[in-house]
Amino acid sequence: MSSPADLQPEDAKAPLIAARDLHTWFELRQWGFLRVGAVRAVDGVDFALAGGEAVAFVGESGCGKSSLARTLLGLHRPTRGEVRFAGRSLGELQGRALKAYRAEVGYVQQDPYGALPPFLDVRRILAEPLIVHGVRDRAERERRIRAALEEVRLSPAEAFLGQFPHMLSGGQQQRVVIARALILAPRLLIADEPVSMLDASVRVEILELLRHIQRERGLTLAFITHDLSTVRHYAERIFVMYAGRVVESAPVDDLLDHPQHPYTQALIAAIADPDAANATRLREVPAGEPPSLLHPPAACRFHPRCPHFMAGLCDVEDPPDFTPRRDHRSACWLHR
Amino acid sequence: MTGARRRERWREGWRELRRYPSALLGLAIIAALVALALATPIAIPYGEALAKWRGSEAWQRNPVNAAPVWLDRLTGGDAPRTLVIESETATVEERAFAGGRRLRIPLAFDFEAGGFPSELNLFLRAPGHAQPPFARLTWLTPDGRELALGGYRIGPRERISLSQDRALERRLGGLVPHIGLLAEPGGAAAPDAEPRVLPGRYTLRLDVLVFDEAAAFDAELVLYGRVHGIAGTDHQRRDLSLALMWGTPVALAFGLLAAVGTTVTTLVIAAVGVWYRGWVDATIQRLTEINMILPILPILVMVGTLYSTSIWLMLGVVVVLGIFSAGIKMYRAMLLPIREAPYIEAAQAYGASNSRIVLRYLIPRILPVLIPTFVTLIPTFVFLEASLAVLGLGDPLLPTWGKVLNDAQSQSALYNGYYYWVVSPAVLLMLTGLGFAMLGFALDRVFNPRLRSL
Repeated sequence: MSSPADLQPEDAKAPLIAARDLHTWFELRQWGFLRVGAVRAVDGVDFALAGGEAVAFVGESGCGKSSLARTLLGLHRPTRGEVRFAGRSLGELQGRALKAYRAEVGYVQQDPYGALPPFLDVRRILAEPLIVHGVRDRAERERRIRAALEEVRLSPAEAFLGQFPHMLSGGQQQRVVIARALILAPRLLIADEPVSMLDASVRVEILELLRHIQRERGLTLAFITHDLSTVRHYAERIFVMYAGRVVESAPVDDLLDHPQHPYTQALIAAIADPDAANATRLREVPAGEPPSLLHPPAACRFHPRCPHFMAGLCDVEDPPDFTPRRDHRSACWLHR
Repeated sequence: MTGARRRERWREGWRELRRYPSALLGLAIIAALVALALATPIAIPYGEALAKWRGSEAWQRNPVNAAPVWLDRLTGGDAPRTLVIESETATVEERAFAGGRRLRIPLAFDFEAGGFPSELNLFLRAPGHAQPPFARLTWLTPDGRELALGGYRIGPRERISLSQDRALERRLGGLVPHIGLLAEPGGAAAPDAEPRVLPGRYTLRLDVLVFDEAAAFDAELVLYGRVHGIAGTDHQRRDLSLALMWGTPVALAFGLLAAVGTTVTTLVIAAVGVWYRGWVDATIQRLTEINMILPILPILVMVGTLYSTSIWLMLGVVVVLGIFSAGIKMYRAMLLPIREAPYIEAAQAYGASNSRIVLRYLIPRILPVLIPTFVTLIPTFVFLEASLAVLGLGDPLLPTWGKVLNDAQSQSALYNGYYYWVVSPAVLLMLTGLGFAMLGFALDRVFNPRLRSL
């Protein structure tokens, strides 16, 4: 497995998936045609992920993580900028090529029960992507379905093939969702809060499973979460998102141990700590509310909540990406 | 394996359904109707049924407006059934003379019924005679009286309506012949007294002069009953059981096809609108709103009046008008939250096509809720077809329940006391409604467990 030091996608290796100046805005219209504004869910995101890399996108709810995931999946058209997958721009893909792209990207959703059609059994749920992608041979399908179930540790596969989603536990449902995401042998897996709706007891199992599969298959894993505490063991790099932008990105240990952006610092400080002594200690929590994506603050989106706010700078000019540490980017004027 | 699991699900559904006696009763009614609908075209082929119903000689031995036999027997009556006495079974005396023959044909019968016949006709056939034969009729009663009923020159096909013979009526003391000929004598002495049947053996003797060596001659005396068959007859002597039987497949086919046609199209269109949103959805919604204020019955009446009342055309119009029916609004409301379900998004992510999402992921989700609605929808179309027929817009050829009702109405059946004429098609219509409704309501509880009371 590659160590964080090797991961320099900007360098030699061509990235598997890259976003450049990516914007996904949802226009609000009145009477069907009058533009009255736009929700800037993704508002200028740049990154590049190498093949076999596990990364995490972290941020509060409403920061545009899920919209970013959907844009990467090609479910939303970017308003500006582009997503490139294996050297090709997603916007250029049409028909067959787009369908082929969909087989290259697996998607694991937050709510495992909702993610499975309740009227189909597990066999049929897993067969659907194969049917859609033209696997006609029944025996071949059956073989791949069983293999996928075994891979997500739902074994013996027999016992699960005939089950309907409501007969399974939350953890089992999420395993079926993962199996479905893997059955087309994708190169990229996007997991949008895969454990946030599961019992605490099965979260670690699912995360371990994802990590294991990612390593086994050499998948690129984009892991979207609001929970910094789980990230350390399951990702190599972290992107911290705020109001539709990536404010800080770094290898996981470096970011957790030496957070540079004031927002990341606040997030880390807010991580719940099981130490009883902490209960009495007053925490430094980011004050205020996450910003409105309809009318985001000017310049640095975080400036209204920032303890280091510099009037006349942070609210006037967008901070560029600085590199305060090696491989560590942070969009904050403090580093200038 | 798939088959076994499917069977298991069916069995589970059946077990669930069995808990509702109303469902079983409804199923039994529907099964009986379906069996009748299947048996009818086998028993009476389509072409034959149409030809018969249009009116033909087949009915001329049926009484007019006769009640069903079982109805009379159930109420303790002893009304006569139709009696047909044919010359072929009679012992014919034949004597030849120069240039012809003299035949004596006694048409004898026993009359024991508790009431008088409704009509008396004599059918004579004398085909191929160069010179028409001549017949003299004599009526012999059990108590030995002889009544001369006059002589007739016989054409190739002759029908002598004894009941219409005014002169005979006067001779019988003002009693119509089909009563007077069979009544106890002395009725004329006490004109207020009800005439009573004189039971015993009657004979209508025909003395026929035939002026041909070979040509055939036969006679048929018909004493029309007051009851007929299991359904009675109408004003044109037609056996109502034909219309009631043929009405079943027509009604079920119309109801089923109309229900399937409107439900499927409405469902698919609603799902398409929900899936594509935007102008597609807006167009569908506006069309639905326009369609909702179009009055369906007057349009059908207009089409029927101006164009054709063919049942298949009506079916077509019903389905076409039903495509953008109010159901779209209901289905849309049910589908909108499903559209946002994560599994739909997942399907998009693995590349399912739009049509696959609409047909395989959106629609199946609401099908269980629709099955009961669908089942209860069938009789509404059966009723619609009957209503059209009652309004005089029934199919011009097919015998249907609605057309029986229409005939009954135009002949003032209720005013004249022919209740069976109105009640039997009405009961069949009600049974249809009842069967499907009971099954539908039970299915509703099976598929929508929230409706169950605690």
